[in-house]
Amino acid sequence: MLDLIWLLPTFPLLGFLILALSEGRLNKNIAGWVGAGSVGLSFAVAALAAMAFLQSGLESHTVPLWTWMSVAGFDPGWNLYLDGLSLVMMLVITGVGFLIHVYSTGYMADDPDFARFFCYMNLFVFAMLLLVLGDNLLLLYLGWEGVGLCSYLLIGFWYDNPENGYAARKAFVVTRVGDTAMAIGLFLLFAQLGTLNIQELLHAAELEWATGSTLPAITALLLLGGAVGKSAQLPLQTWLPDAMAGPTPISALIHAATMVTAGVYLIARTHVLFELAPDVQMLVAWVGLITLLMAGFTAMTQSDIKRILAFSTVSQIGYMFLGLGVGAWSGAIFHLMTHAFFKALLFLGAGAVILSLHHEQDIFRMGGKRRQLPMGFFCFLIGGLALTAFPYTSGYFSKDEILLAALEVEGPGFWLWLGGVVGAFFTGIYTFRLFFVVFFGQSKDHHDATEVKGMNIVLPLGILMVLSLLGGWIPLPLDAVFGHHAGEHHVSALLHGVMIAVPLVGIAISYLIYGTGALPAERIMALPGAKALHRFWRSGWGMDRLYDALFVHPFLWLARINAKDVIDAFYHGLASLSRAGHMLIVRSQTGYLRWYALSMAAGLVLLVAVGVLL
Amino acid sequence: MILPLLIGLLFLGGLLAWFSERINPVWPRWVALGALGLELLLMLGLLGASPENGWLAEYNRAWLPRFGISLHFAADGLSLLLLLLTAFLGVIAVGSAWNEITERVGFFYFNLLWTLAGVVGIFTALDLFLFFFFWEVMLIPMYFIIAIWGHENKFYAAKKFFIFTQVSGLLMLVAIAVLAWFHYLQLGFFSFDYFDLLNVRMNRGMEMWVMLGFFIGFATKLPSAPFHNWLPDAHSQAPSAGSIILAGVLLKTGAYGLIRFAVPLFPNAAAEFAPVAMTLAAISILYCAKVAFAQADLKRLIAYTSVSHMGFVTLGVYAWNELALQGAVMTMLAHGLSSAALFMLAGGLQHRIHTRNMHEMGGFWGRVPRMSAVAMFFSIAALGMPGLGNFIGEFLSLLGAFQANPLLTIVSAFGLIFASVYSLWVMQKVFQGKYAGDAFDGGGLRDLDNREMAFYAAMMLGLLWMGVYPQSFLDLSAPTLQALLDGELGQSLTGVARP
Repeated sequence: MLDLIWLLPTFPLLGFLILALSEGRLNKNIAGWVGAGSVGLSFAVAALAAMAFLQSGLESHTVPLWTWMSVAGFDPGWNLYLDGLSLVMMLVITGVGFLIHVYSTGYMADDPDFARFFCYMNLFVFAMLLLVLGDNLLLLYLGWEGVGLCSYLLIGFWYDNPENGYAARKAFVVTRVGDTAMAIGLFLLFAQLGTLNIQELLHAAELEWATGSTLPAITALLLLGGAVGKSAQLPLQTWLPDAMAGPTPISALIHAATMVTAGVYLIARTHVLFELAPDVQMLVAWVGLITLLMAGFTAMTQSDIKRILAFSTVSQIGYMFLGLGVGAWSGAIFHLMTHAFFKALLFLGAGAVILSLHHEQDIFRMGGKRRQLPMGFFCFLIGGLALTAFPYTSGYFSKDEILLAALEVEGPGFWLWLGGVVGAFFTGIYTFRLFFVVFFGQSKDHHDATEVKGMNIVLPLGILMVLSLLGGWIPLPLDAVFGHHAGEHHVSALLHGVMIAVPLVGIAISYLIYGTGALPAERIMALPGAKALHRFWRSGWGMDRLYDALFVHPFLWLARINAKDVIDAFYHGLASLSRAGHMLIVRSQTGYLRWYALSMAAGLVLLVAVGVLL
Repeated sequence: MILPLLIGLLFLGGLLAWFSERINPVWPRWVALGALGLELLLMLGLLGASPENGWLAEYNRAWLPRFGISLHFAADGLSLLLLLLTAFLGVIAVGSAWNEITERVGFFYFNLLWTLAGVVGIFTALDLFLFFFFWEVMLIPMYFIIAIWGHENKFYAAKKFFIFTQVSGLLMLVAIAVLAWFHYLQLGFFSFDYFDLLNVRMNRGMEMWVMLGFFIGFATKLPSAPFHNWLPDAHSQAPSAGSIILAGVLLKTGAYGLIRFAVPLFPNAAAEFAPVAMTLAAISILYCAKVAFAQADLKRLIAYTSVSHMGFVTLGVYAWNELALQGAVMTMLAHGLSSAALFMLAGGLQHRIHTRNMHEMGGFWGRVPRMSAVAMFFSIAALGMPGLGNFIGEFLSLLGAFQANPLLTIVSAFGLIFASVYSLWVMQKVFQGKYAGDAFDGGGLRDLDNREMAFYAAMMLGLLWMGVYPQSFLDLSAPTLQALLDGELGQSLTGVARP
């Protein structure tokens, strides 16, 4: 069975080919079956492979397909590698991916480009599976770029609007900055260790590099560059909120559950390098912590339902990075999985709300929707509780593991823990701010909201609700991958109590401000400096403006002033010079005999003079 | 015997195409297609040849024995790959000219086939005099293609192309003559034969000067900054078929020249010069990508991106290790297909809506989805998407270059970011956004027909093949490149009697 995992990426690839080559001629019904069915088949294979893998005793398994190329000792192959980590990833990708595909057959039903949508989606699943199954960094890089391409195509899916195109290009170019760092990391790794096969490379690194030396630090830093780009972490996080321009199922699949967590996967996959570079690993923790706090502040100030969720995603991936940074490898992957459940639920729920309200996305134009949209209400209630780590929901277990591991770090451990707890407080506020504003209070519009129906929408939401609630009890076979047990954490009851209570306090504050109105938001905004701070946070800490000023505008300016290519001016100058010389000599051709005689005489005198003097 | 036959076939096909116009103006394109199809078949036959001393085919007859000039042709794996590319893109060029060229049809196909004959000569000539002869044969018909069938500013562009190529060719001619003279001084007889000239020794300064003559000749053709300025004009003015041959094939003669001649003939000077050449490569990659982004003329933009991509070739060649050289060769092949396809698309658009100005385009996806999808494919190929040929080329080139010069490699790698900026910008301006129906003559905007689609599909499959299983190509060029690296180029099979 394990040898059949090549079927896993093959089904979505076939789906992509069928949808692409039929050029939109398939009717929607068939296109939907092909699109969702291919991922469903993939999930079935993944589930069977998972059972076989668990029974076989968790031995890692390589399935070589063919040699990609072989040049001077550089011989990456199309080889798939299955261990506990790729197993978890492939189950999340095909499982959650399948649910989102099914949901999309309902959500996108009225779109004229239905087939094109599923075409891109299938290509995405194919690329994402190669990313997590590749046994070498080049194949991983292929998947990495492939998911970036699909992300670009799907963000700009509704291409009529130039803003969508801008968001799509921004996503691609910003992540490409990180990708380029990663590519350089690949060059360096190959130059130093002579292979890009991940397991061989990690083994060689352990043998040849001393902990704390320069080379592992540089390579880890370069890989981290790729990871922060893909996973929208500081300083390359600016593309993700704009990426919400794509259809909502895309936001759920690519920009919440799978692709944006690829950076977490990359670091976990190459964790040996990071363990050899403790400083860089600590940097990962700080990047995660600062990102999660900054995004938390910003999420509290947004009014677009999808942007709130987008910043929340940035913040939650920050927790995963924090986990990676403090060595809670399994905890980070655990949070990756639970986050995939509840964030997919929230996005798909948001999609249902948006669709029911005729494409209204501003939460302050909603209000009081719990009776009209009961399904949306439960999505956000359950998803929101999991997101705020309400005890015994899925998010509670995974966040707990990360924060407890942070506490055990020598040195800055307490501060990392405290930052995480503060972030959890913000999470409570912004999540339930959204919840109360949308579902409680007075209805602020005149929409005749009728909730979207259909099993293809309701069923995936129902399954995701169950997973969001109970997903924390799923045991992950990661110990063999990371080479240690996620042992029991010993922590005082007080600290643990704080961790449980803080998000609840956040929810309570949210309730006071937005639920009852006992603490009106206007009064907070009236505080000195509150407005400016609000504007600053809302703009994402001014990062977009900063990058525009630092990179975009100078580049555009340079391009504009040199559109004609200054080097060409040199050749034009040469041409003008020879033309001028030509004109000069033309003038000497006067036609007067005495002028010619005079110049001959003068020339003769000159020549003789030169001869005599030399 | 096969190699002169390949060249003769094109010369003859050209003449035939010219004269057949008198019988029926539809004939020349069929004659050209037939000649190129046959050419392609003959070349494919060479794939099965068993190499002797590394050479798949060789032909050597005395030509001007007094000066040691001979008709010496030979093809190894590297030549054969480029020959296949030439014939393949020749067919594509005929396909793109099929309906586009309506005036003086016979003379057009004559020029097309004669240019290609020159290119085939360049890729097989192992006598430097003969090589230079074909260098000129390639140039003059291309001059006519631009000057006669070009667009609004064709005379300027054709002249610029001619002067740049001619001046740089002159430097190369001088360099060849000096090299032959040194051979005479050292061995007492003239020879222009490649294998003989490989053994010429010169002092350090002289070697550098002669090498520079070759380098400027090839770098102008490639082109590399700062010798690139003929290219944007030539491309924007040439008819589509001319652009396809220019970008897909003619530029590769420069790269081939660097690999075959400029480095092996002057190993010491080339090694000393490598940092300069790699710097020029990095400048080409970044600077021309930036200039490309600023262009409003679609063909001009693609022309600048060509210069940028060819920078990876220069980088790879001067890194001079197997990875980098393989990267350079793969880039030549993949860029040959992707740039040809992009020029064909731009030409096709111009044929339909009579403009190349991107500001007058927009939102074409809804009207011409096939063309848009094809454009998307080649754009992402050009920006280096893994799984397609360009990625293999650029990645190997950078991977190898990193071992030779990490700093310049890192600088060059930023070209990957720039490539995504301009490629996606083109997609946005032309195919996405609001439909710009009023800005142009929208009536002519129709989607690709099956004939056009067949040509694009062939190029797409080619790029996919290169991206997914490049080994087929790498295996062909590997023996050549290894021999070049070891400095053991193998000896000629058939020597010519010395006077």
